[in-house]
Amino acid sequence: MVLTVNGERQETEADTVARLLQALGYEGGFYAVAVNREVVRRPAWPEAALADGDDVEILTPRQGG
Amino acid sequence: MLTLYGQAVPSRMMVGTALYPSPAVMEAALRASGAGIVTVSLRREAGGGRAGDAFWRIIQSLGVAVLPNTAGCRTVKEAVTTAALARELFGTPWIKLEVVGDDETLQPDVVALVEAAAILVRDGFEVFPYTTEDLTVATRLVEAGCRVVMPWASPIGSGQGIANRAALRTLRSRFPDVTLVVDAGLGAPSHAAEAMELGFDAVLLNTAIAKADDPAAMARAFALAVEGGRLAYEAGLMPPRDFASPSTPVVGTPFWHAAGAAG
Repeated sequence: MVLTVNGERQETEADTVARLLQALGYEGGFYAVAVNREVVRRPAWPEAALADGDDVEILTPRQGG
Repeated sequence: MLTLYGQAVPSRMMVGTALYPSPAVMEAALRASGAGIVTVSLRREAGGGRAGDAFWRIIQSLGVAVLPNTAGCRTVKEAVTTAALARELFGTPWIKLEVVGDDETLQPDVVALVEAAAILVRDGFEVFPYTTEDLTVATRLVEAGCRVVMPWASPIGSGQGIANRAALRTLRSRFPDVTLVVDAGLGAPSHAAEAMELGFDAVLLNTAIAKADDPAAMARAFALAVEGGRLAYEAGLMPPRDFASPSTPVVGTPFWHAAGAAG
């Protein structure tokens, strides 16, 4: 299926948030995830299903003022 | 000691983590500042991944409280969603709420700001709204449930210092029980001291420290200025006068009466 991940179209077989993070090499990192602009809390990642066309944002701490 | 939403913080200076020439320089400056709160943002993970990890490890090693921001958000929806992600990521109800209304000046969209603040307060957030010096907007933010209000001194990164001193004085006198923080536009330690002398509870700085030739030294300079300004406020500054008034006692001035007698 095709997802939009951080603004870029991406073909993937990952069907949950946890599997997507694993496929991207982000496993174990410090992230917050939103699917279609709704926060998916960390404990829900293994079960949070992804569907074709979903818009996924994977955010990390950065410098800010 | 300053308390923010019930949490005591050791310093009246909050410091941003952006624009430093290197992570090592940032870390040295943050340590030198003595700040108990640092601001951070959330951004998309980059292609290769793990860009945020190194930064986050440094912040965690400092033992400071983190105030995440919604920098770059332009709508209520963006700001509210970003705040929710920040709460999830950092595990804090604190959010520095920024909604940009103008790209040139980075002036806050105060209409969207008030709306977003009301939504976030209802959702359990402890909101630190970045706003202008406008009294009515501050009133609306307080009515929405903000117990901290953060007016700008002048536009972000401009280093111009306090552009509207009278308005900031008004905010202080009208909101004696609200925690007021001057955020943005402070370019020199003297600007920070001025904000503290006006009775503001704290200041929030970033560019003036990060862009100094020696950020750690500048962080220390600001810390001293903030401390000095606060002490001056608590000590009670004398009111300015239009005319001179001798500081040395006049009584007992030598030769004065003798000269008069001779004349």
